[in-house]
Amino acid sequence: MNRSKRGNILVNIDWITVAIYLILVFLGWINIYSATYNESHISIFDISQKYGKQLIWIGAAIIIAVFTLIIDSKFYSSFAYVLYGIGILLLLSVLFFGIEVNASKSWFQIGDFRIQPVEFTKISVCLALARLLSDENFSFNKFSDVIRTAIIFALPIILIFLQNDTGSALMFFSFIFVLFRQGMNKVVFITSFALVVFFILALIIDLEILLIISLALNIIGFTILNKYSSQKRIVFYTSLVLAIISYVLYKYTNIFVDKTLTLVLINTAAIALLMLVLFIIKKNKTIILFLTTIIGITIFVLSVDFVFNNILQPHQQNRINDLLGISSDPLGAGYNVNQSKIAIGSGGLSGKGFLKGTQTKYNFVPEQSTDFIFCTIGEEWGFLGSSLVLFLFCFLILRLIFLAERQRSVFSRIYGYGVVSILFFHVAINMGMTIGLAPVIGIPLPFFSYGGSSLWAFTILLFIFIKLDSDRLQIFR
Amino acid sequence: MSNWSNRKYIIGAIILIVFITIFIKLFYLQIFDETLKQSSDNNSQRHVTVYPGRGLIYDRNSVLLVCNEAAYDLMLVPRNMDEFDTLSLCNDIDISIEEFYEKLEKCRKYSMYRPSIFHKQINSSQYAVLQEHLYKYHGFFVQARSLRKYNEGIAAHILGDIGEIDIKTLENDSYYSGGDYIGKSGVEKSYEELLRGSKGVEIFLVDVRGNIQGSYHNGKYDKPATPGKDIHLTIDIELQRYGELLMKNKVGSIVAIEPKSGEILALVSSPSYDPQLLVGRKRGHNYDSLLNSPAKPLINRAVSSTYPPGSIFKIAIALVALQEGVIKTTSYFPCDVSKVACHGHPPANSVARGIQYSCNPYFYFVFKNTIQRGFEKSIFKDSRIGLDLWKEKIMTLGFNQALDIGLPGVNKGLIPGSDFYDKWYGKHRWAFSTIYSLSIGQGEVLVSPLQMANFCAILANRGFYHNPHILKKIDNEEYVGENTKKIFTPFAREYFEEAVKGMDYVVNEEYGTGYYARLQDIRVCGKTGTAQNRGKDHSVFIAFAPKDQPKIALAVYVENAGFGGTWAAPIARLMIEKHIRGYTNDSILEKRIIETEILSNE
Repeated sequence: MNRSKRGNILVNIDWITVAIYLILVFLGWINIYSATYNESHISIFDISQKYGKQLIWIGAAIIIAVFTLIIDSKFYSSFAYVLYGIGILLLLSVLFFGIEVNASKSWFQIGDFRIQPVEFTKISVCLALARLLSDENFSFNKFSDVIRTAIIFALPIILIFLQNDTGSALMFFSFIFVLFRQGMNKVVFITSFALVVFFILALIIDLEILLIISLALNIIGFTILNKYSSQKRIVFYTSLVLAIISYVLYKYTNIFVDKTLTLVLINTAAIALLMLVLFIIKKNKTIILFLTTIIGITIFVLSVDFVFNNILQPHQQNRINDLLGISSDPLGAGYNVNQSKIAIGSGGLSGKGFLKGTQTKYNFVPEQSTDFIFCTIGEEWGFLGSSLVLFLFCFLILRLIFLAERQRSVFSRIYGYGVVSILFFHVAINMGMTIGLAPVIGIPLPFFSYGGSSLWAFTILLFIFIKLDSDRLQIFR
Repeated sequence: MSNWSNRKYIIGAIILIVFITIFIKLFYLQIFDETLKQSSDNNSQRHVTVYPGRGLIYDRNSVLLVCNEAAYDLMLVPRNMDEFDTLSLCNDIDISIEEFYEKLEKCRKYSMYRPSIFHKQINSSQYAVLQEHLYKYHGFFVQARSLRKYNEGIAAHILGDIGEIDIKTLENDSYYSGGDYIGKSGVEKSYEELLRGSKGVEIFLVDVRGNIQGSYHNGKYDKPATPGKDIHLTIDIELQRYGELLMKNKVGSIVAIEPKSGEILALVSSPSYDPQLLVGRKRGHNYDSLLNSPAKPLINRAVSSTYPPGSIFKIAIALVALQEGVIKTTSYFPCDVSKVACHGHPPANSVARGIQYSCNPYFYFVFKNTIQRGFEKSIFKDSRIGLDLWKEKIMTLGFNQALDIGLPGVNKGLIPGSDFYDKWYGKHRWAFSTIYSLSIGQGEVLVSPLQMANFCAILANRGFYHNPHILKKIDNEEYVGENTKKIFTPFAREYFEEAVKGMDYVVNEEYGTGYYARLQDIRVCGKTGTAQNRGKDHSVFIAFAPKDQPKIALAVYVENAGFGGTWAAPIARLMIEKHIRGYTNDSILEKRIIETEILSNE
């Protein structure tokens, strides 16, 4: 490979990614035009309207992208922790100097312009994580390294919770993909997924059924993990018997008042005890891990009610209730989702055509140019249009995985996976909420939603990776 | 590291599965699910809110105090407007063409697609005319509303008012939407949730021109409105009216309570205003002028203002001292004017006589015995202990607590404790000699007229009280709540009997300070007070009657009216007479009181 090719950024840039980026941004812009179209301001370039402003943000975003590409790629790895510090400082200062929008104190206001620092903190967390995990000596088996990783997430999550912006805080859990790819134990990965499933299950399913599911999971997990087949049966029968005893106790005596507590505690205590005995006999590491997992699940299930009732905001509770079909008031909390589904559904196969959408204009207004922009796409461009957008995002994300895997530098690869995680979370949750698959937490659709700060942040996030990727040939292992 | 590389397939698979799920759901929604397409074909829904009738408010004798009057808001969806005769519309709702364009611009600015209020509160007769032409005005439609009507023109502070919801409340309560009415003060505010009922909604399909095509899903998703609940107040509107009349041209309050139930019979705050002033389109203007009026008529002085109670507080001082065992009912203290000033009177040789003569030095010594009991050698430490024990006891009489009567803005007043004086003077830097003015109800102690009346009800009941309250019935069912329960005070009944004996002497014996409150055939017990003030003293009187099985206990507080016996006592007397007899027969006194003007000089 000759030197000039290696050095030439224009040759090494992944133009496919850049092209998808430009298409998405452009599609976003014309949909914002359609969503907020104002008959007295017909021109799409009218900067008194959202669509005119978005064009300015796009122009600035492209300039920002170019700068991001010009900066030496070593800057991003060398200054990862510094940038992380700045990100945390921004989150801290918004707590003091920020303004409140929709009950979240997470915005800076400078003149007419609002910035949400959390958007930028995502980038710096991503960089810091890449830096930490790419350290030669890093290992998930080292306690101190695990703690370090936890701190990187904990700081921003706590600060974001303090800002009352639960949606953004949840986003950080998507980094599980990065950790998984870097060799985090798969039990923890599976457990984390199980936790999410359990969280939702615990809200909708009767406890009796949940108990059976939890037992089944315990057993399946144990079957997979435990190589000592002679113990399997013991565990299975014992936990089954104990669960039945605990259920009978609950059902026919008044010993325990709270049924959630009773069932889960007895079940878990029984299993935990059994595991402990097995551990003492065998000193099997897998059992310890499994034990922790079970206890983790239990604490989690127990905390569901607490989290739901005490940490989530009333409007979020309503939205979860609504998502899970607990309350079906078409005009109450589910109004947004209901209207959003009607709008998308009314688009049919090929949509009503550009600017012809009525649903998104008449009824359903609150966040149609930001969080619910996907409705406009669905209504005006129909199934074909919305699938195309879905496909573009899917292609982009898979392309990024491909790019990440071709990196020689571990830092670049981890960062790439970070970008994948962030984009995936936003796209899946945002689209999911407009069609009633995910809870309504206010997060934007990347590159589409109206607003400068989110567009710029996603641009920087993506272009840092494009830059790192373009330098991949200069780096030797 | 590379040993984890196959995990990229797991990650990729998860991502793919999620996107496929979304894809399937999209397919289902957009291709498969026909029910969602009912509103397609350029049809769209319009939600018309159905506002429930707000609950009516009656007094204790079922006199209707507040009812509803129909009004109509003219709504507009700017995008649906067509060319039409604007002048005709202007005539119909009686606005100028300039106003028309101003309003139009406002609606346009708000939203082209969402309905906004074009013209507020059109009355029934205008509506009749408008309705005939409405079909010509595309984009306009009418939303029915109801306005409050305050029949009696009095009791403004109790009834309160309703007004358009402010942005802050709107953000925090999802029940309301912009432009809704909400209780702003008084009962309208505190019982908002009872009175408002719950909104309903009717969903219509409209075409792009905004014409209604029919109901959506045959009304399956419509929700009927639930009307608000009617409530009865404990107020006797005749007594209230009489109280407001007596307080005309004066600043102050009257609070009257039925002792056996805690029901508030009258709650007068003067100056007052006609609640009807705050209804309708003139509300904003009237509200501003009331707000800026120097007499501050919007303040409910009966519950929100606190004052030094003056000599009526001596009864409470005596009760605590008796219960703590530091004095006896027969204790004698000399009228030593070197301690604190007094007026000439025979020697006070019992607590009852002390109350009768309102002897300042007597209560100086009573309070001294309560505060400095010799627990500690140092008078500073001793006073600290004594004061806190005293405060704990005296608070059981309803002082220093916000009594939940069912009205907003209740002030808890202040009984200073050691923490208060520590902050003021420093720890162990104060003793009885610093705080002795508390003994005569002066100094730092602050009490609201409501608390004075409640205290008087405790005396009338000889030891217990029902938390004073304003709500009597909800939808004709007797109201029982946390704030109607019976509360016992930790004082022996004999001490109350002694205090009542003193209050009897005050009104009915020679040298009593409250002889103006005396009635021929009703035995009134009372206590005067004169609260020192930067300006002229405030005139205070608490009383209950009859002495046995009392029917009414009340407090009268007249700002800047001087000695309590002169103004507050006769007002109390007339109120008692009015309540018990139903009429009064001292028209000369009545006339003198009504015509006297005592304005605040603060």
